[in-house]
Amino acid sequence: MSTMLVVRRVAQAIPLLLLLSVLIFALLHAAPGGPLAIYLENPNVRPADIERLKVSLGLDRPLPVQYLAWLRGFVTGDWGFSFTDGRPVVTRIAERIPATLELVSASLAVALLAAIPVGVITAVRKRAVVDRVTAALTVAGISLPAFWLGLLLQLVFAVWLGWAPSSGRSSLLGGGLGDRLAHLVLPATTLAVLHAAAWTRYLRSAMGEVLLQRFVLAARGRGVPARQVHYRHALRNALLPFFTVVMLDAAIMVSGAVMTESVFAWPGLGGLFTEALARRDYTVLMAFLMLSSVVVVVMNLLADLAARWLDPRVRA
Amino acid sequence: MTRRPAGSATIVALVLVAAIAPWLAPYAPDAVDLALRRAAPSAGHWFGTDDLGRDVLTRALHGARISIAIGLLAAATSVALGAVIGLVAGSSRRGVDAVLMRVTDAMLSIPRLPLLMTVAAILQPSVPLLVLLVGMVGWMETARVVRAEVLSLVPRGFVEAARALGVAPTRVILRHLVPNITGVLAVSATLAVGRSILMESALSFFGVGVQPPTASWGNMLYQAQAVMTTEPWVALFPGAAIFVTVLLVNRAGEQLQR
Repeated sequence: MSTMLVVRRVAQAIPLLLLLSVLIFALLHAAPGGPLAIYLENPNVRPADIERLKVSLGLDRPLPVQYLAWLRGFVTGDWGFSFTDGRPVVTRIAERIPATLELVSASLAVALLAAIPVGVITAVRKRAVVDRVTAALTVAGISLPAFWLGLLLQLVFAVWLGWAPSSGRSSLLGGGLGDRLAHLVLPATTLAVLHAAAWTRYLRSAMGEVLLQRFVLAARGRGVPARQVHYRHALRNALLPFFTVVMLDAAIMVSGAVMTESVFAWPGLGGLFTEALARRDYTVLMAFLMLSSVVVVVMNLLADLAARWLDPRVRA
Repeated sequence: MTRRPAGSATIVALVLVAAIAPWLAPYAPDAVDLALRRAAPSAGHWFGTDDLGRDVLTRALHGARISIAIGLLAAATSVALGAVIGLVAGSSRRGVDAVLMRVTDAMLSIPRLPLLMTVAAILQPSVPLLVLLVGMVGWMETARVVRAEVLSLVPRGFVEAARALGVAPTRVILRHLVPNITGVLAVSATLAVGRSILMESALSFFGVGVQPPTASWGNMLYQAQAVMTTEPWVALFPGAAIFVTVLLVNRAGEQLQR
């Protein structure tokens, strides 16, 4: 893969990032009253205080000036201070990243462990009972509201059966690896279900297409054992588009974790977001939206480059 | 055309349920019965009662009206927006097309639930505004499929013939392109209904969507969260209603795609 291509792709991502920063900034400032609207209704906050806040936050300046100042800050890592506790937003976000990464990687693993074998089996045995049952289950999986699934799992496995703790990332006194894993099981499952269902469906159709190609027929004709045809010949080819989809979804998972983290009181970025939302902690909200969009764009870029690198046919 | 009924039948059934829900409900949605608070499901209250003694079945039926109405109207908004953007992008010069598609890419890159939650928290929308907001974050998929469909139609003779005859661009779109994209629009619309219902329920679950005392499935779950362990029925039924509705819509969408 040529360096030129990488440079070109990165260069293409920059206008996209600028555009979405404008969109996010515009949407949050389009509200009547702007970011301080929440204080306007609070009888304890005097109009003079609001004016003072406005000036100290630079909200009295023209919008384009504010945008440029905000953008410069975002790029240089100066994301402002949290309205809630006055600490730098960068610090508040950074301390939440490990928990979210832990949750997202666990969910990713669970979803892949389910989707790959089931996707292969259903593609190979189209219209068999396994395939029909899976089809019904995966439609159900993509239709489930994640927060309700989380509440149900919590009720059944934590409250009724007592098999797993209902919330948090670890017990109060820390606890070992077992304790951490026990806390991880329910939220990771909740977050994984949607993607496991979607990915199974995707792999089934990708694999189905590969199985129709001639080299598969040729392999079968040469007497290659069925297992080997499916896993060595067909699956490898289907995995390429599959992993592109997985990478894009993994980026979405980071923000998709908002619901799961809120239900299970998981101390990650999603939890920070809902806390910030409840208090209208506007600097944190802006940073979260911008950061999670950047993650999506970067993963898009990586997925594109990875696909080219892995597939000799599209290597330029 | 024989594949159409499945999808439309589901949508019609949903509209009917939403329309007649209040007459099916055994109680008034805000009728408080303090003597019968937090009652488990029984013959008098099939789905039990909540912490104010309100009938959960009644509220779920009234919630159906709000949730389904928002779902359908928001989906209609999304599909209309997406269709217009897709049609214009697909049939315009490269520059216009490129700009519209970059905006689509940008909107697709911003995680939509957090975006919507933030905007809703700031605006504290009324129900009509909520419909508009949910609709405005859901048009990108439609825009993409419509554009792709239009790009496949343009090289065919009839569009070129119409243009050569001097037919105005808007008329080419309305008379020659629109009739040919109804298939993808139908699929797109069905999927958008499911997504919009989920989106509204999530917003209301976080307390930034439909505001109490108006019942929606999402805000019933929001209120149920605290009492989940002792009165699970309060959370069970509204959640099941969301799940079943979205499931029906998604299955209808699948049948359309076949």
